[in-house]
Amino acid sequence: MRFSGLRILKEGLTGNNGWGAHWRDPDPKSDYDAIIIGGGGHGLSTAYYLAKNHGLTNIAVLEKGYVGGGNVGRNTTIVRANYFLNGNSEFYSHSLKLWEGLEEDLNYNVMHSQRGLINLFHSDGQRDAFVRRGNAMVNQGDDAILLDREGVRKHLPYLDFDNVRFPIYGGLLHPRGGTARHDAVAWGFARGADMRGVDIIQNCEVTGINIENGAVIGVQTTRGVINTKKIGMTVAGRSGQVAAMAGMRLPIESHVLQAFVTEGLKPVIDHVISFGMGHFYISQSDKGGLVFGGDLDFYASYASRGNLPMKEHVMEAGMTLMPMIGEAKVLRSWGGIMDMTPDGSPIIDKSPVEGLYINAGWCYGGFKAVPGSGSVFSHLIATDQHHSEATGFRLDRFRTGVGIIDEEGTGSQHNLH
Amino acid sequence: MRLKCPLCGERDRREFYYVGDAVALARPDPDAGISAWDDYVHNRDNPAGVTRDLWQHEAGCAAWIVVTRDTVSHEVLDTALASDVKRAMS
Repeated sequence: MRFSGLRILKEGLTGNNGWGAHWRDPDPKSDYDAIIIGGGGHGLSTAYYLAKNHGLTNIAVLEKGYVGGGNVGRNTTIVRANYFLNGNSEFYSHSLKLWEGLEEDLNYNVMHSQRGLINLFHSDGQRDAFVRRGNAMVNQGDDAILLDREGVRKHLPYLDFDNVRFPIYGGLLHPRGGTARHDAVAWGFARGADMRGVDIIQNCEVTGINIENGAVIGVQTTRGVINTKKIGMTVAGRSGQVAAMAGMRLPIESHVLQAFVTEGLKPVIDHVISFGMGHFYISQSDKGGLVFGGDLDFYASYASRGNLPMKEHVMEAGMTLMPMIGEAKVLRSWGGIMDMTPDGSPIIDKSPVEGLYINAGWCYGGFKAVPGSGSVFSHLIATDQHHSEATGFRLDRFRTGVGIIDEEGTGSQHNLH
Repeated sequence: MRLKCPLCGERDRREFYYVGDAVALARPDPDAGISAWDDYVHNRDNPAGVTRDLWQHEAGCAAWIVVTRDTVSHEVLDTALASDVKRAMS
């Protein structure tokens, strides 16, 4: 089933009876060439690119719940490539390029909207830091435009420019940054993988990993034992528990990150705005809800909901930046579980167990990485070689201290990111 | 979330600084080797359930506190002075 404008017209005129399921609902087979644990964004895109780029189609994605029910459906949908450090820069650049061709590639409307992302700064020192970051982004081949105070005012006239504590000095505009419809990304990759023969098996929780002589031979699941020689683990938020099934401990602590949505409003915020000093960022969904969030609650948690102090902090930051949102009513809030690594950057690597590949530690930035992560992780699984755009996300960088990717410059230690 | 400081009583979570898993109670010997230290500094059990972490009553008496709590329900099960916990271990 291909989607097109003509098809929508035809279905609209014939009662919309011709739409079928977007993917099959197969029972698990007893053997696969590779198994992906976790049917979220990263797992589905890994399966998609394994099939598309590497011709591996006898594979299964095992999802304990339903597609789109995990972190891929619980984020604030921001897509950007505004990183500074080697290791991150080229990877997120690669991912953004895939985003830009994704809808054509998947034949699926993921509502990718490059509405521009603006990072605000509030001092001369911060301006210098953003000039430097902008130059790094341009050198990477991406786009960055430094806006002065009046430049920001043209885009965002409704901000409080003269706040006593954080007067706005300017902003770094990343025009290719924006948002996408998070559920549609999961559905689009699921459909694309399924069309290429990948079995997407929902309600199938992995309960054990079978290892013989140091190599993977299969998994135990709530739907029986499945044999395979290659396992890709894409369960960010729960990585520690799946790794424990293979006898491993990871440099990861799980934290809760809250997000908020208001009632639907008329279009008012055209960009993604990041107010780093207040740990606050915001955009407006196509339905009209203001989608915003802040920092971690900052203690280990699997609760999928946060506590009041961070809610209060986020609301205060929002009011500081744009007093107009005080009239908007918050409709709901939720928490996502983040795999936090010591340096705040992800892990895409082989593990000490042969045939077990790790994709984890996405901290609070996994959504924008979905296509890039699948592309480079599928390359690693299929070829046993790191993809050229993702050579830095090594598991051993913490042990050796070589290649730490500390984007915030706060140190490589738990509780600092 | 409210935490009970053994010295000051029950206080708002905002008075406390979170350090992380209470691994510091079992710091390896300086010569324990690279993997023991890697494990201590970086790797975590990260349980979904009962855990023990280290907090400091930063905006209060500055005591270091071992908090036993559930990471799934946020229930606080026990708090104790880190110095007492450490003494009991030896």
